[in-house]
This record gives sequence, structure tokens and C-alpha cells, in this order.
Amino acid sequence: MSVLAHVFEAAGIATIVLSSVRETAVKVAPPRALHCEFPLGRPLGKPGDPAFQHDVLRRAFALLDAHSGPVLVDHPDAIEAENEYVACALPPRYDPTLPAAVDEAKGLRRAYERARARRGVTSVGRVVDADGVPDAIAVLVTIAGGADWKSTGIPGGNTTALCHDIRTYYEEAALELVNGPLPGPHALEDWFFDQTEAGKTVLQARAAIRDSGAKAPVWFYMTPAQRP
Amino acid sequence: MNGDQAMRAHSATLPAPSFSDPAFVIPPPLATATVAIVTSAALHTPEDPAFAGGDTGFRLIDRNRRDLILGHWSPNFDRAAIAMDLNVVYPIDRLAELAAEGVIGAVAPRHVSFAGNQPDDVATIRLDSGPAAAAALSADGVDVVLLTPV
Repeated sequence: MSVLAHVFEAAGIATIVLSSVRETAVKVAPPRALHCEFPLGRPLGKPGDPAFQHDVLRRAFALLDAHSGPVLVDHPDAIEAENEYVACALPPRYDPTLPAAVDEAKGLRRAYERARARRGVTSVGRVVDADGVPDAIAVLVTIAGGADWKSTGIPGGNTTALCHDIRTYYEEAALELVNGPLPGPHALEDWFFDQTEAGKTVLQARAAIRDSGAKAPVWFYMTPAQRP
Repeated sequence: MNGDQAMRAHSATLPAPSFSDPAFVIPPPLATATVAIVTSAALHTPEDPAFAGGDTGFRLIDRNRRDLILGHWSPNFDRAAIAMDLNVVYPIDRLAELAAEGVIGAVAPRHVSFAGNQPDDVATIRLDSGPAAAAALSADGVDVVLLTPV
């Protein structure tokens, strides 16, 4: 973002960066930056809070009053992820002949469809759509159980994209199932990996692929970097 | 150290290009300025080509579109927030409100989306796709760009 600020400024357009990594803003020195120590993925700070978002924008636009730069100002509020527990109902076991994670994914389909209808769009579909999610999880179940990942066939041929689709299917569905305020920073990520059968399956499959000696790009990006 | 702290620490170690004699544009008064968003969330419409891993290109987003797909490849940021409220990354409704109030002059007709996970040398966005995106916004009369990172 700071690099692009220089590029746009050279083209005659004034820029303001909402900085997320302060050291980068210092080193690259874009003309104007408001550093926001907010959770990564939330550059305006708080979803569903127009007043807070307007406060960020007001402080950002105020930097246009400067007559020279670089200008780097810190937003006074810092927002941290706080290991918030999300109370989100998971479907009861329905078909005992299926692996638990596959059964679970099928049970979330109605919630996922409500989410898709409400938003008018979904970010699932990079390599599998919602119809393909249970089968994709079934493949990961076999890998987690010891099958050779190279012979099982990864749907779409890309573990990163596949896990994006599975996790996004769950996170979009969860937003239709949680009660109360919107989940906090990374709370749905924690819910997926810590509470759902699919999340546990992704972690186990990732570990199995890693332990088989596969190169890091095959398994590393299946989960956030800090996951075991 | 939580995930965000780890990613910030890692990002701080990445190579940072330097810019000698950088430009500093004095824009027209905000109340008359046309404002665009440039995000690195790799947002795109369903009919746009998806972002590939390491994609150095950009997509233009019509200001009326809200049906945007998250095309970013990193699993590390809070990916669910965009599904909760698009404006937490792409504050298009907030800009519309500011335009209605007369705080800004106008919301640009088109906005820009890049993917944040760029090759370390960022050569293409410096020399090719970045200037091309800037030219597109200049053609639309954009005076001010707000850059929102993911």
C-alpha cells in the first residue's frame, strides 16, 4: 500500500494510506499515512460500526491539510484480538455412515445458503463450490487418516485454494448462526479450527502432508501460519 | 505472540523499496475532491477473473457494486470480517455518506483492487500495473485515493 501511494502520487493523485505495519510505513514513507493498530483484515477497525469507521476516515482525511510530507500519524485506539469464544451452534450428527466432518459440512448447508442469499455473493468457489465442499473434506479426512496425499487427488490441485473454500463456507455459514454482536477479530478463525470437525480435519491433513516430506507450499498455507 | 503480532513482525522484516524525491500532491479542497479507494484485499466481482497466487494485476470496481468476492490468498488475516461488513475493508458506503453530507466532493465512479501478497521486489506494481491503475483513476478525475491494506 505504501509503495502504491508513491506510484499514485507520482501520477498526480493525493494519497492517504491506512497503515497496518508501522515499520513499513516508516521505511517506505508514503506521503500521508494514518497508522491503525487494528486486527489485520479490518483496516477500518470495526465491522458494523459506521461511527468508528467515520472516525478513522475523518482522521485520515485530516492528513490532507499538511503542506509537506511524509506525514505519519497514529490512530489513538489499538484493537487486539482477544481469543474470544464464539457461541455458534453446530449441526447434530445426522448420518453416522459419513465422517463427522463431512456430516457437519452437509448440516451447515442451509445456513450457508442463507448467508449467500443475504449478501448476494459468496467467496466460496476458488476450486470447489458449496456442492463440492463435503467431498473435498472427505479427501482431507483420508489424508488425515494416513492416505498418501499425492494419490488421493486434491480437488482443484491446490491445497491453499481448497482450504480457503472450506473455511470460507464455514465462516459465511457461521454468520447466520451466531447470536449477539458480530464476532471479534479472528474469532471465527478460532471457532473453525478449534471447534469444528472440518477445522480439526484441515489441521490434521496439513500435519500429515507436512510430515510426509512435502514441500512447504503444498501444506503451509492451508491454515494461518501460527497453527500447529 | 498472537497471529497478527507474528505477521506484523514478519512483515517488518521484508525488503522495503525506497523512493528518492517522492512526489507530494496538494489536492483541491476535500469538499470538492473526487475520492477513490484502492484496496489490497484482492476484491473482485463474480464476472472478473479471479486473482491468481502472486497476481500483480488489478481489478476496477464500479462504485455501485457490493457483490464482491474476497480473492486474497493469505490465510492469516481476519478473513471473515469482510463477510460481516464490506466497509471494514472497502468503505464505499461511508464515502457515499460523506459525499451526501458534502464532506467530500464525490465518490469516484471506479475503485481499484490489488492483491496484497506481492512479489518482494514489487517491480510490476511500481512500473506497470500501479501506473496503469493510477491512469485509470486520473481519467475518472480522481483527486484523492484512500489506500486500505489487507
